[in-house]
Amino acid sequence: MILAKAPGFHVPPVTELFAFAPIFTFKVGGMTFHVTFVTFVMYALTLLIGGLFVAAFRRPAIIPGTLQNLMEAGVDAIRENIVLPTIGPEGDRYMPLLTAMFFFVFALNFMEVVPLIQFPVSSHMAIPFFLAVISYVMFIAIGIRRQGPIAYFKDAIVIPGVPKAILPLLIVIELVSKFVFRPITLAVRLFANMMAGHVMLTIFFLASAYFLYRADSLFLHVAFIGPLALSVILIGFEMFIALIQAFIFTILTAVYIDESLHPAH
Amino acid sequence: MLLAQAAGTTISVAAIGKGLVYGLAAIGPGIGIGLVFGNAIQAIARQPEAAGLVRPIMFLGFALAEALALLGFVLFFLIT
Repeated sequence: MILAKAPGFHVPPVTELFAFAPIFTFKVGGMTFHVTFVTFVMYALTLLIGGLFVAAFRRPAIIPGTLQNLMEAGVDAIRENIVLPTIGPEGDRYMPLLTAMFFFVFALNFMEVVPLIQFPVSSHMAIPFFLAVISYVMFIAIGIRRQGPIAYFKDAIVIPGVPKAILPLLIVIELVSKFVFRPITLAVRLFANMMAGHVMLTIFFLASAYFLYRADSLFLHVAFIGPLALSVILIGFEMFIALIQAFIFTILTAVYIDESLHPAH
Repeated sequence: MLLAQAAGTTISVAAIGKGLVYGLAAIGPGIGIGLVFGNAIQAIARQPEAAGLVRPIMFLGFALAEALALLGFVLFFLIT
């Protein structure tokens, strides 16, 4: 009852959480592009990751230095855990794409918990969407190049050995699930995970601040330690989510590429 | 219901739908993710040397099941 009388705890609307004022805008062919803080973070991360790889592998030494050692461990982890179990040794050709994809997505996700930024860049739909488009175009292009266009689409859509009567239905299901839902779920999975994480962290930290400063009851002023402790644990959880979502995004791309390389039937 | 009438507000159907949509969307994936992880743990416990093989497939299954729940989460924001 004391709670009910206190001035309410207001959660900011989601649109407010994810909207940033543009620093500057420019126009290309009738489309207006807004360059915001988030865009700058993304550019900085792109430069950072590119710079790290160039610095580590520009002059590879037989006895690697600290940086080269570190980056080699990262690349090796991706090869061992993502490429070899899904595509196999043949997947070494697609290592550059998958490595870049993993590190980029991971860095974007990880901005969620970096102080002063604290915004997961991949929770803006545009970025997962374009990453999913890259994956989509890649696996279709690889399939067409490897098997030829007719064989590839036939193999992807038609399942051999099913009764003729049910085949039209299965063709529609396969077509939609492979060429429509795949890119959508790939993008939405990353986007929604990051967005949910950001909303969750925001609410928990706002709640701790509200308990500490603005609540009317003495009990809440003391009890703020509960939500605060929980939000610190959630930060650790969000780091784990950032890693696992980058892993899932990359491994799904690898699985799709593998399906294009080795037709199932 | 009484509380809402006392406060002079009405509960709209959209608000109820917003409340329900994520809860309903999470039921199936919840069961699915439980099955995926449970069976993966069982597989690894029975054959620890297969852990490297099981883990990527486990995350794959987890991701595919989880997507449905997240679609519900996005729908929550789309309902107006």
